[in-house]
Amino acid sequence: MRAFKYSRAASLKDAAARLAETPNAKLIAGGTNLLDLMKLQIETPEALIDVNGLPLDQIEVTQEGGLRVGALVRNTDLAADVRVRRDYPVLSRAILAGASQQLRNRATTAGNLLQRTRCPYFYDTDQPCNKRKPGSGCSAIGGYSRGLAVIGASESCIATYPGDMAVALRVLDATVQISDADGETRDLALADFHRLPGDAPQVENDLEKGEIITSVTLPKPVASRQIYRKIRDRASYAFALVSVAAVIGKDFARFAIGGVAPKPWRSETAERELPQQGVARFSQALFADATPTRENRFKIVLAERVLQSTWTENRG
Amino acid sequence: MKFTEPAGPNAIDNQTIISRPVSRIDGRLKTSGGAKYGYEQLGPNTGAAYGYVVGAGIAKGKIRSLESSAARAAPGVLAVVTAENAGKLGKGKYNFAPLLAGPEVHHYHQAVALVVADTFEAARSAATLLRIEYAAEKGEFDLQAARARGDGQPAPIEQDPADTSVGDFDGAFAKASIKLDETYSTPDQSHAMMEPHASIAAWDGDQLTLWTSAQMVDWHRSDLAKTLGIEKEKIRLISPFIGGGFGGKLFLRADAVLAALGSRKARRPVKVALPRPLVFNNTTHRPATIQRIRIGAELDGKIVAIAHDSWSGNLDGGPPEGAVAATRLLYAGANRQTATRLAKIDLPEGHSMRAPGEAPGLMALEVAMDEMAEKLKLDPVEFRMMNDTQVDPEKPERKFSLRNLRACLQLGAERFGWSRRPMTPASLREGRLYIGYGMAAAFRNNIAMKSDARVRLGRDGRIVVETDMTDIGTGSYTIIAQTAAETMGVPLSSIDVRLGSSDYPVSCGSGGQFGAVNSTSGVFAACMKLREDIARKLGLPFDSKFEGGRVASGEWRIPVGEAAANGDLVAEDGVEYGDLDKRYQESTFGAHFCEVTVDADTAEMRVRRMLAVCAAGRILNPKTARSQVIGAMTMGVGAALMEELTVDKRAGCFINHDLAAYEVPVNADIPHQDVIFLDELDPIASPMKAKGVAELGLCGVAAAVANAVYNAVGVRVRDYPITLDKLLEKMPIRA
Amino acid sequence: MTSFPLPPVDRRTVLAGATAAATAYSTGLSAAGLASGADEQTVTLRVNGQTHALKLEERTTLLDALREHIGLTGTKKGCDHGQCGACTVIVNGRRINSCLTLALMHEGDAVTTIEGLAGRDGQHPMQAAFVKHDAFQCGYCTSGQICSSVAMLDEIKAGIPSHVTEDLNAEPKRTPEEVRERMSGNICRCGAYSNILDAINEVSGAV
Repeated sequence: MRAFKYSRAASLKDAAARLAETPNAKLIAGGTNLLDLMKLQIETPEALIDVNGLPLDQIEVTQEGGLRVGALVRNTDLAADVRVRRDYPVLSRAILAGASQQLRNRATTAGNLLQRTRCPYFYDTDQPCNKRKPGSGCSAIGGYSRGLAVIGASESCIATYPGDMAVALRVLDATVQISDADGETRDLALADFHRLPGDAPQVENDLEKGEIITSVTLPKPVASRQIYRKIRDRASYAFALVSVAAVIGKDFARFAIGGVAPKPWRSETAERELPQQGVARFSQALFADATPTRENRFKIVLAERVLQSTWTENRG
Repeated sequence: MKFTEPAGPNAIDNQTIISRPVSRIDGRLKTSGGAKYGYEQLGPNTGAAYGYVVGAGIAKGKIRSLESSAARAAPGVLAVVTAENAGKLGKGKYNFAPLLAGPEVHHYHQAVALVVADTFEAARSAATLLRIEYAAEKGEFDLQAARARGDGQPAPIEQDPADTSVGDFDGAFAKASIKLDETYSTPDQSHAMMEPHASIAAWDGDQLTLWTSAQMVDWHRSDLAKTLGIEKEKIRLISPFIGGGFGGKLFLRADAVLAALGSRKARRPVKVALPRPLVFNNTTHRPATIQRIRIGAELDGKIVAIAHDSWSGNLDGGPPEGAVAATRLLYAGANRQTATRLAKIDLPEGHSMRAPGEAPGLMALEVAMDEMAEKLKLDPVEFRMMNDTQVDPEKPERKFSLRNLRACLQLGAERFGWSRRPMTPASLREGRLYIGYGMAAAFRNNIAMKSDARVRLGRDGRIVVETDMTDIGTGSYTIIAQTAAETMGVPLSSIDVRLGSSDYPVSCGSGGQFGAVNSTSGVFAACMKLREDIARKLGLPFDSKFEGGRVASGEWRIPVGEAAANGDLVAEDGVEYGDLDKRYQESTFGAHFCEVTVDADTAEMRVRRMLAVCAAGRILNPKTARSQVIGAMTMGVGAALMEELTVDKRAGCFINHDLAAYEVPVNADIPHQDVIFLDELDPIASPMKAKGVAELGLCGVAAAVANAVYNAVGVRVRDYPITLDKLLEKMPIRA
Repeated sequence: MTSFPLPPVDRRTVLAGATAAATAYSTGLSAAGLASGADEQTVTLRVNGQTHALKLEERTTLLDALREHIGLTGTKKGCDHGQCGACTVIVNGRRINSCLTLALMHEGDAVTTIEGLAGRDGQHPMQAAFVKHDAFQCGYCTSGQICSSVAMLDEIKAGIPSHVTEDLNAEPKRTPEEVRERMSGNICRCGAYSNILDAINEVSGAV
């Protein structure tokens, strides 16, 4: 790890101010991905602002009847919250499918949204990688791509977003609350939070410098069956090859797919046509612009088969 | 003790302490955090500095320049070691690529520098300040391509020839009624032991102390001396506990050499642990193989022709993977041949990993046998029993010392409920899951090796055993204590075992499932010598009985400690073998059975039941032996379903080089495992009448899983690991 | 009782070695730990009931603070990247990977390592069960496995669900499937999983 200045934030305002004024500063909460990357000097912040003491660790009911989840709520606590388990089981399931209990005990809601790709070339500092070192090239293209993106990728990057929680948040239509140094706040749909790589794969989300995620809000629960299926080689403690988050109600079905794209993948348009068109067509529409490699085209087949069985088993 | 004729009745036969399921005598230390591994021997306030290893960023070529001034100027940095300033280095007998590269680079992540600093973080951070420019050269990284080009050269497997042939394979195969000709591939695999390679070096003048994590104390010591160009006697090498090795710590590695060099430069003790992401390419791995197997049989199921050709790759001077070894001995058949080919491949050093040869060999052979049984419409267990042999099939006059493969197969089938196996693939379903049964035979040779020990009797009747044997998790401490207690007729609590130091007599070390049998045989020999010394001292005949802490003869019952009343009695001896292993074929046998589920939608595979039956001579401690076998079975599940070092053929490296990307089984992957040991003694194999068992447990497991997957869904995958993407599109769509 | 001395290296040997080094290289020693460049801060950790006031480089992980600064080497470094679980310790009642957290982030926290699990001179039932069931081989993952097991049983008691919990709205049970899933963040390459489950079951009273 490159040496850095460590300090604890006294308040949200203090954290935001310091984040804005300190060059190359980062917030640290769980640290489970940030420190991992700092050890490899893939992340080299000059200052770490520890936000663990801030009062952002509550889960509250919103006026609309949804839930507001503080940025610092640990994965374990979010997954175990009785309201989440009862009303948003897909979220509990997704979180519990990820990482290990040790990691979930530290990892936070906001940090989880910000976790970076597990592309092996991103992790190997001797290999070119546009995300790690813009302009150096993408080694994954033409390399080992079995775990990488089949859709939403670009000629500069085919990395996936590796997380599970965000896939559930996407299917739940969650929004992200963001605050800046001036105390200005904004709401961003989770759908718009993660960016596709385009020609700037180093930019992974919509956060501006100095902005801090303060919470994630879930809308009022809807009567539905909720499923999270995560497919991986070993039975646990592994990233998804493909995951499917599903919320299936009386007259609607929503699906978000993980492990296939640089962000949780979903198509509201295709969902509307699902009851008429059937799952095969739905899957085709979802992956219409896919550009799989020989090694990862199985992900599309896999996703379709999971969609098929999830839909068949849970509709109406 | 020269072991030249089969053992007669001996002190071990009493089995009052040996062969009992004794808990590990180091168990309390290991479960309390009290067991100190090599890297932990110098703690805070001992003046130790930290070294961080930097690996080459190319697979092949030259270091054009290595600029270290920024690193040297970094705060806390004490020294930077490179090939340029390390002085002349030799190469160890067991290394074939230098452990410190420069200017030549032989493989990816080969060490090019060590940065030594006051703290670990300072060293790690300064390591990124090295500016290294390379002149990369084109390398060959593709075994398939090399094989297709015909690049593979005949390569002997140690003393075994590259080509073997008995009878007329081609003629017999051509005429056989039922034939199989298939090609299988196994990937490069990593030992992935939990403790990375790690050492501390401290110089005192020209004397070097190295605390390390070594399976073979004497090999490491000799090769370190050779590499540094100093006398072996100047090195004290200590390896008290080893956090797993599986072959990866058989040989001297960069951590030890660089710690010694770094310590010399920094004039401080230096601690070096290989960073985990470096371990996979910097150290050795099990090389990938391509294996062609041909089997011809008559309609009655008798094999008439069997051939096994294996290709693997390695750097110059590296060995081939001996995948054909088991095929020469496992099944009968008058016409047989094997061929071993080695291609020059510029990937990191390929070398021994648990059951080298047999493990990948049986991954292919035992699937081929399953396929053949199906062609013959025979039960796979029955087919194997029909082709059992009690003699070396290449030399029928040469018998096996003991071979109970049939009993393993029979007992296993019975206990596992093999008769409930679905006869037709893809015919058994439980909801979303297909169910399949699979089995394979297990085979691994016994290896006889010289092994010495020293035993010391004190006046209090306590006995200290000293040998440079190591305990890599195998239970050496415990079985050696059991051996000494049994032979000396004293309680287990009277024995102190000291291992893992070059201060002690040279043992066989740990590897190749040769550790337990040979090290205990050496301790047995030393104890027998001590018994003679005791008897002589007490004026009792040599055939006196040693039991209950006393020496008994006629009316006499003398406490053993009395022989040391005037000072410790010390005896040193060991086991040395004659030609019994030439006159007889000494091997271990087993059978693996398993049940798998395959998800009909996703092709996710999970193993839900496993059984191994093992025949390996006397089992010295059924508790620790069982642990060896279940551990091997676990590794076999990994080999079957997930483990693969993925080669980037452009960069020339294993790109999935950490423990997240190189998946090994986790707890949720492994069901309850049953192990049965046949009750047998092999007096030809060793004075202990024991053989090894730790690697037998791995041999055949992956094939049993593969065969079960086939039985579950009817899709045959011949390219390991069997991951879901290889099944998915061939599987029936669920109705 | 079987005596099991630390075979080749007893405390005396270590100290003798260190003294020799100190004599030979006294100038080098004086700089130990002081000149690494990074800023240092003080942190107070409560480890196994004992208070440690440490002056550490800011970038020191909790794992390195335990192993290299306090000298508690029972907690192991297997990967340093949160991929193996060998460094698992219990902080304020919850198990975490000590490699992926900074020591400075734990001011005043109560840290329990394998050395402190049993209290003074005792043996925690989980430690005894691991020995009885031979739930380890090389021993390198064992400290993490044991710390993890103890915290894991508390998690089940506290009603924290897992990936394999069938009914999210019911109390989780101590089934083998639950234990295996919950113990999957601790890799054991020696492959003692089946025995680890037996050891945990003995302690938890599960069948």
